Order: sequence, then structure tokens, then C-alpha cells
Amino acid sequence: MRNLGPILTVVAAIVVIWYAGAVGLNAAWSKDQAARAGVELSFGEMVSQTLSQDRPKLPAPHQVAVELWQSTWVEETQGRRGLVRSGSLSNRSLVYHGWLTLSATLLGFAIGTGAGVLLAVGIVYNRAMDMSVMPWAIASQTIPILAIAPMIIVVLNSIGISGLLPKAIISAYLSFFPVVVGMVKGLRSPDAMQLDLLRTYSASGGQAFWKLRLPASMPYFFASLKVAIAASLVGAIVGELPVQQGGLGARLLAGSYYGQTAQIWAALFAAAALAAVLVGIVGVIQRRTLTRMGMAR
Amino acid sequence: MGALRDVTGEPMTQMGETVVAASGVDLTFETNDGPVHALKGVDLEIGKGEFVSFIGPSGCGKTTFLRCIAALETPTGGTLTVNGMSPDEARRARAYGYVFQAAGLYPWRTIGGNIRLPLEIMGYDKAAQAERVARVLELVDLAGFEKKYPWQLSGGMQQRASIARALAFDADILLMDEPFGALDEIVRDHLNEQLLALWARTGKTIGFVTHSIPEAVYLSTKIVVMSPRPGRITDVIESPLPKERPLDIRDSKEFIEVAHRVREGLRAGHEA
Repeated sequence: MRNLGPILTVVAAIVVIWYAGAVGLNAAWSKDQAARAGVELSFGEMVSQTLSQDRPKLPAPHQVAVELWQSTWVEETQGRRGLVRSGSLSNRSLVYHGWLTLSATLLGFAIGTGAGVLLAVGIVYNRAMDMSVMPWAIASQTIPILAIAPMIIVVLNSIGISGLLPKAIISAYLSFFPVVVGMVKGLRSPDAMQLDLLRTYSASGGQAFWKLRLPASMPYFFASLKVAIAASLVGAIVGELPVQQGGLGARLLAGSYYGQTAQIWAALFAAAALAAVLVGIVGVIQRRTLTRMGMAR
Repeated sequence: MGALRDVTGEPMTQMGETVVAASGVDLTFETNDGPVHALKGVDLEIGKGEFVSFIGPSGCGKTTFLRCIAALETPTGGTLTVNGMSPDEARRARAYGYVFQAAGLYPWRTIGGNIRLPLEIMGYDKAAQAERVARVLELVDLAGFEKKYPWQLSGGMQQRASIARALAFDADILLMDEPFGALDEIVRDHLNEQLLALWARTGKTIGFVTHSIPEAVYLSTKIVVMSPRPGRITDVIESPLPKERPLDIRDSKEFIEVAHRVREGLRAGHEA
């Protein structure tokens, strides 16, 4: 609770700056309209108009909040296609699109984490992989994901794979990298003395892996997972841009096509909230695991 | 115990069969600045049940020689046998327990779990593991700490746990590389006393690397003085001290004489 004061102060400051920005950016359009109608706007009228435009350049916080509420709770409980009236999630609601993105994120995260761990084990245990894999892994991350995402979708589509998997693969493309880097570091973290100790026991390579290297890598693993899950979400959203078959990415792009800035911001906030929740969940698992292992005090 | 007390007061030169035999052991590391002679012409015999200290300035090869015995380094010349086998065979036969300068306990294992580590690797069953863990914890005076994590223990207690870990699988030889080097003097005195008691109870052959003259003289039946560039033995001193050694033996005439001879040996090596 000690932290609440500073956090609320920062949030309040952001809201104030946001309102000021909304007034400033949307004022031109309001003045324009007033000039065409031949009326003179008072400052108060001007401000209230800038905060209630249909297609503002920058929607005010309360407009975004209303849009978020409308496109989640109201749409599902009262909409014709909502959960209450149709029995399934409405394709106009952020809950539906958020779920699409989340499922691609989680699948991609699982693939990326698995691939990252396997690559890291290969790098640590195989000299050829040690010399060759890392440069490729780094190169893969220097290519803008926005450029390569459509290629992945087109190629996979041409061999009959569409829907969830292409998005998940783009998501895995981003998330394997932090896992590789973290796990290589983690698996190599035991020092020479620890390895010598196992030699004095004549331990096998497998025993050294399961009893020393793997447990020693856990703190690094979880740090990587936090980066990887956020990267997975970005990958899933980017994967949804060229496909336009639902998801938060599709909502973002649709919003920008039709000038629905409030819709874009609502989708952005939904994505940010999703990321925060996912990172939070990884954090809880991290704390539980490390405490159980006796590595957190 | 009775048998050991019989030799009290006698110089302990004859301890029976030879455990470690080194003759003309050389170890040269090839570096970018040319070869470094870590060990040159090292001849030494360690008998069963002896407590042998290796003392000398850093770079004299005392740790390197211990690592050769443990097959963590391979000599480039001469012959070295442990229990009549090559060091590598002895390592695979699990002939020795090794204690490093740092305790090196796994933070994710409890004290009991750390001591179980070698037992798990060597394939002891659960009942034998539990029995041995309890026995060695009692031996190093850490009974009751089995379920604690290493960070909950002081540095001295951690080092005792690492000694227990080296004792758990009943190797006859205990190799210790400056095990108390990082501890303060009060704790070190206490641990030295405990180590002597442990040695008397178990009858292990102990190789002990140190850079402390009082520690070497207090603990050892044989003190090997070494000097650097190239790493070699300059003096081997058979201690005249009795096997039963209270801490105040360090004020006795014999103790001071031995310490003096060690110091002379170190100085001679330094000037050479």
C-alpha cells in the first residue's frame, strides 16, 4: 500500500497530459467546423467539443474508457451477437479478439520456449552449434518482424496451414530468442569449481545436466520468460495484421482504416493489459518455483 | 582410538602402506608467453592415515599437485599413483573426497540435499543415503541442520557441510584445498580442532593445502614445504608433535621449532 501514492500521482499526471494533448490536437477540427458554420466558439465550448468528437485525432481518456466498456461488457451482455443473447462471444467484442490473440500468444510462447531451450542445450553441448547457431539467431532478430510476418503467412498458407498456427509461429519467432540467450547464460553459469566437484564424483554428462546445469539456469530461465511472453504477444498481434481474421491486431488495423481512433486505443489498452497480466503470471510462477527451490529468500 | 593413542609422543613416520606415490612429477602448462613449470621433479610418498599439509607461497604448485592427485590435472612427466592405480582410475574408483576453497554448496538444495548429491550420483539407495547423511552431519557437528538451506548457515558451517559432503561416500582419502582460507581466525581455530578430531575418528589419509604456517604445523604429521618457479618441494618435515593436540600445543617448544623450520624452508625457497 505504501506504493499506491506515487503510482496514483504518476497516473494522474499522465491523464492530465493526455487531456491537454487531446484538447490541443483536436482543436483545429473544432475551430474548422465552427468557422464553416459561421459561429464563434468560446474557450469552454471549444474544450468540450474537442473531448467529444466522433473521430478525434487523439481520443480523450474517458472516450477510450467508454469504448473499452462498450466493446467488452456491454457488447457481450446486451449485443445481438453477444455471449448472453447468442451463446458465443461476439466478433465485435474485445473479449473475442483478445482471446484469439491470447491463444496465438500462448501457443507461440510454448513453441518459442521449447525451441529456445533446445537450441540453448545444443549450443552448450555441441561445439558446431556453439559456433554456428548464435549468429543466425541474432540475425533473425534484426529483420523487422513486420516484413517477415506476411512471408511466413503466405508460405504456410500455400502448404495448407492457416488460422492459429501461422500467428503462433510468428510469435515463436520473436520469443525463442530471449530464451536462447538466457538459457545459454544460465546453463553455463556453474563455475569451474562446481564442474570439478562433479568430476571428482565421476558424474556422467547427463547427471551434470540434470543435477547442476539445469537447476542453476532457473533464475536466468524465468527472467527470459518474462521478456519472451511479452515478445510473443507482439508477434501474435503483428501476425494478425496481414490476415484480418480477428484478433487485437486486426482490430487495430480496422480501426485505422475507418478512422476509429477510440477503437485503436481501446485495442491498444486491451493488449497492454493482456501483456501485464501475462508477465505478472510468469512472475508469480517464478517466485513460487524459486522459493520452492530455496533460491529466493 | 586405543591403537592410535599408542603412538602418542612418537614421530609418526611409519604409517603402513603407501597411498600416494609421486616420483619425478612434472607439469608444464604451455602458454602464449612460453612454458610455465607448475611442478618440477616432485617426489613424495604419503602413507595410509597420514595428515600431510602442503605449504608455500602462491604459484608454488601446492594446489596443482593436489589436483594432480585428484586427476583434475594430468602431469606431463614422472609417475604418480594413488592407491596403486593411476589418478584417473582412482578418481573413477571414487578413492577420494575433495574439499574446495569455497564450500560450493548448491543453493537450491538443503544441507542434507547437498550431502546426498554424491550419493545420488553414485547410486546409493534412499535408505543408505539417509543413514549416511545423518552420520556425516553428526561427524561435522551439524546434526539438526539437514533441512536448512546453505544461505541460512554461516561460512564456517557451510564449509563443514562441504566436508561432510566429501566424507559421505566413505573414500579413504580426503583432499582439501585451502578449505578454511576464507574464514576468520577464530572460526578457523575451531574448525582445525574439529578436523583433527574427525581425522582421529575416521583414520582417513588427508592431503591439506594451506598458506598458514600455524595451521600446517598444528594439523599435520608431515609438512611439505614448496616454492615457486618452478613449483617444487624444498623440504619435507615429519612432525614430532603427538597425535593428541590441544590448541595450546601451539605454545610448546616443539611446535615453535617446527614452525621455525617451515619458515626457514619457505625463506630458502624464496631466495633460490
